[in-house]
Amino acid sequence: MAEIVLDHVSKKFPDGTIAVDNFNLEIRDGEFVILVGPSGCGKSTTLNMIAGLEDISSGDLFIDGERVNDRAPKDRDIAMVFQSYALYPHMSVRENMSFPLRLAKMDKATIEQKVNEAARILELEDLLDRKPGALSGGQRQRVAMGRAIVRNPKAFLMDEPLSNLDAKLRVQMRTQVSRLQRQLGTTTVYVTHDQTEAMTLGDRVVVMRAGRIQQVGEPQELYDHPQNLFVAGFIGSPAMNFLQVTRVDGQLRSALGEIQLSDRWRQTLDRTDTPEELILGIRPEHFEDASLVDPQVISAGLVFERTPEVVESMGSDKYVYFRLEDGRAASTELDELAADAGVTDLSAATGQLVTRLSAESEVREGRPARVWVNLEKMHLFNPTDGRTITPDES
Amino acid sequence: MAAFGEVTAGRKWRWGVLDALVIALALVPVLWIVSLSFKTPQTLTDGRFIPREWTLENYRTIFTTGLFTRALINSIGIALIATAIAVLLGLLAAYAVARLNFPGKRTLVAVSLLIAMFPQVSLVSPLFEIERRLGLFDTWPGLILPYITFALPLAIYTQSAFFRQIPWDLEKAAKMDGATQGQAFRKVIAPLAAPGVVTSAILVFIFCWNDFLFAVSLTSTEASRTAPVALSFFTGESQFEDPTGSISAAAVVITIPIVIFVLLFQRRIVSGLTAGAVKG
Repeated sequence: MAEIVLDHVSKKFPDGTIAVDNFNLEIRDGEFVILVGPSGCGKSTTLNMIAGLEDISSGDLFIDGERVNDRAPKDRDIAMVFQSYALYPHMSVRENMSFPLRLAKMDKATIEQKVNEAARILELEDLLDRKPGALSGGQRQRVAMGRAIVRNPKAFLMDEPLSNLDAKLRVQMRTQVSRLQRQLGTTTVYVTHDQTEAMTLGDRVVVMRAGRIQQVGEPQELYDHPQNLFVAGFIGSPAMNFLQVTRVDGQLRSALGEIQLSDRWRQTLDRTDTPEELILGIRPEHFEDASLVDPQVISAGLVFERTPEVVESMGSDKYVYFRLEDGRAASTELDELAADAGVTDLSAATGQLVTRLSAESEVREGRPARVWVNLEKMHLFNPTDGRTITPDES
Repeated sequence: MAAFGEVTAGRKWRWGVLDALVIALALVPVLWIVSLSFKTPQTLTDGRFIPREWTLENYRTIFTTGLFTRALINSIGIALIATAIAVLLGLLAAYAVARLNFPGKRTLVAVSLLIAMFPQVSLVSPLFEIERRLGLFDTWPGLILPYITFALPLAIYTQSAFFRQIPWDLEKAAKMDGATQGQAFRKVIAPLAAPGVVTSAILVFIFCWNDFLFAVSLTSTEASRTAPVALSFFTGESQFEDPTGSISAAAVVITIPIVIFVLLFQRRIVSGLTAGAVKG
């Protein structure tokens, strides 16, 4: 077990592309940290640099207080689980799992005991003599985990370990990975492009984009207080709705109607040199059927009337989709999010407003509905740099 | 279901006939040679497939003259050395071609392909001149060198195809598991590449073993004359004696090493050994 510190770490490839730019992160001993972002954001490169499979162009990497930039992977004492599992096909499960121990020249009895122990934890006891070719995807994944845990490394690195599994198995394995990590208490760095995995697994989540850290924080913190448009759009499913708004006389003019700004907001917006045009962000669950809202709180929000395009009843809630002809927000961050396959339901891309209403709502397709927006929970972003505008405290 | 079963049965039958035909076409000349090699000079031309009188005389003759034995040793030595060097060089080159990105990689691969396609007959006279001046004419290296040249592209191609099948992640995983570069290659990559090495070794060996063109042009004595050439120099005891029997016997003898070679390693030449390494 160990703490891992990345100090101003950068990666520049020979062709000049900068894959990771000035990455700073302190991973505490026993912590489960997730690196998340769209493909090509540098998360795997970062992981490979920690592993030693990729050279660090500049900056320092410390494991357990020691600078390990120039150490070979084998001298860093960390284990890695690959997206492809990378099991040795010519070795049985037992041989696969004992491979790191045999390389470390442990005695046979210890190897036997450690492999059996790992096999017991991962429920692989009956498969020890099979070859990887005779295993299912989930079993292979567990063998890959087994090979990582047998030698009690200082840290685990996992590179999208669940992305080759089918949806159901992925959810099962997700809880298993989480349980295993708590049980062993080993520092873990986990790379994924799936925001659900990031939200559910990690103690802390690092959101990356184009080689830079966008925000680091606990999952709930990222969800509640995204620091910029990118994080806001990336975290949460369905994604946050983004609308173009114009600031006029202490009001925000949006496609949904005029929004009265509280004093707090007005002061903030007046004081800072924010542009007239802003981007408004509202999560789907901060909408509600106006008829179901307590009359006392209804005034704290905005009520608009529109005709739903699609109503999806999930049993527990209703997802109601409205068309937004105008007032779509535009920014480079949003374009990039929309381009990433992981975020296809982004309102900016589809021109749709996604709302999540209570199951009791009687909203129907094709019949005008009155919907309430909780403005307490709204987010405002500066479209020029994508940053979140935070209202003054008080 | 029954109809479907009938269709497949009929299909199987048709394919079976076709297969038998192809095998017969390939095997009949071989069996004919075998048959000839066991015939006495008197019955050689009797047109019977199964010899009336069986004799080992032909085999005895070719091995007593010493000429053929010597040629056989030359053949085995030259082919083995050329195969070993070509496969080893090819292994290293193939690893680089499959794994690394270096400037001029495409050119290198293209040039090696060009060598493989170059008509060998056009090189015979220049090679003859070069080897005569360098003193390589009629020596083992005089044949080994051109064999390596022409076998290398083959070795690189077959082996790089096998290397490409081995997932890169396996090597990374081995390194993460505590292996050095050498250990990763020996314990993980090499065992998986073994079928590729064996396949290319067989192909290269057959190429060297069968070569007639270079062997006949670049040798002049039994110091380096290989079996296929020696075979063509066979003559009877007198002008009127037909050497067909001896030639057939020699032809059978030089086929045997190839058959043994292939049978021995057939089990290793199975693709799909990497199944299960990664997903799918």
